[in-house]
Amino acid sequence: MLSRMAARLVIYLTLFTSGPVMSQAAVLPEERLDTMYHSYDGGGVEVDGPALLVRKNFAEKVSVAAAYYADAVSSASIDVLTTASPFTDDRTESGLSIDYLRRNTLMNLSFSTSDEEDYQADTVNLGLAQELFGGMTTLTLGYSVGNDVVSRVDNEFEDEIDRYSYHLGLSQILSKTLLLNVDYEAIADDGFLNSPYRVARILGAFVPERYPRTRESQALTFRALKYLQSGKSVRAEYRRFWDTWDISADTLEFGFNKYFGRRWLMELRYRYYTQDAASFYGDNFPAEQNFMARDKELSTFTSNSLGGKFSYTFLQDGDGALGRGTFTFSYDSIEFDYDDFTDIRNGKLFSFDADVIQLFISLWY
Amino acid sequence: MRALSSIAIASLLVATSALWGCGAKPWVKPYEREKLADPIMAFSRDPLSDKHRQHVYEVREAARGAGVSQGGGCGCN
Repeated sequence: MLSRMAARLVIYLTLFTSGPVMSQAAVLPEERLDTMYHSYDGGGVEVDGPALLVRKNFAEKVSVAAAYYADAVSSASIDVLTTASPFTDDRTESGLSIDYLRRNTLMNLSFSTSDEEDYQADTVNLGLAQELFGGMTTLTLGYSVGNDVVSRVDNEFEDEIDRYSYHLGLSQILSKTLLLNVDYEAIADDGFLNSPYRVARILGAFVPERYPRTRESQALTFRALKYLQSGKSVRAEYRRFWDTWDISADTLEFGFNKYFGRRWLMELRYRYYTQDAASFYGDNFPAEQNFMARDKELSTFTSNSLGGKFSYTFLQDGDGALGRGTFTFSYDSIEFDYDDFTDIRNGKLFSFDADVIQLFISLWY
Repeated sequence: MRALSSIAIASLLVATSALWGCGAKPWVKPYEREKLADPIMAFSRDPLSDKHRQHVYEVREAARGAGVSQGGGCGCN
């Protein structure tokens, strides 16, 4: 399947880069610098750190972006508290992305690498965005391939995962105030897909988890964005997800944006997520079976998120040589409720709340 | 999965090719797109912020893919 899809992708890339072009030319992404502090606190896990994204354009043809992201993790999650000892870990991720613009076609090549003590991941991504019909339609294609190395900090265990992703997207201007977007992505994984630390339960006794070594998933997202009067917009998104582990999930998200004067911009958002468990998930297996997981991320659960983002424009176009500058505070409160994952300390179904905070400064130049 | 992905790709390609072949004209002219160019009409207004939010959810949920930080910007996952 993978080689066939890759062959199709090459054909489509050739088709769209060699086809007729319309009058409206595509443009490079905006030159911009973002520096962010991010924080997650929930379920006994605390993660925080800095992140940076900077983009510079050259000769109106080439755009180069560099990204850096760091996590400092302090974990006393339910898995850790019930089967291991609390730990701390650091993860850093860096990436480089190059875009090349040729008439209405934007080609992208990017690379990212992520490092932590017991997990290393490298990903290469090829992308293409083609504007059609005078800029009314944008078709995007993407292919990425990744290799992860999974290990343990306390012994010599090491294994690998190969990852392949195929992405197809279509954005459409429907009217002067309405945008639509459809995204499809298929992901195939091959390798050691479970945590080397986590355990399953058989009649209350702990045994190492065993997952299939392959997983193929698909996701289809529909988005709509509508401009309302007086500087307001509303956004709606729906994603359907399904995979070969029999997990299916639905995500629904709504957003509302509003300006307050010339300097303040507010976004309010709500997100609902629900999923069914993997076919080999069990809270407490009655007997041993080929594949066994007790990862709560593979269980049946729902989550609700309520959040907002508030931006203050401290520098407006025309104020100086720098361009525009904003300071943004973002907050989400997430509630997770599990249907078939129990807290073995008290025998009750598990649930927890999390707070996600971002503080960032953006500069356009 | 193979059949569904083939259908999705084929549908988008056929729809796009049909419009392309007909020489479809833009019904919203470039000078009528002022509102669409407003930052509040971007599916991802802050790529770094959206990428972090997406990461927070992907680590804790089984679903993945077709996210908003997908297209453009730093393609790194």
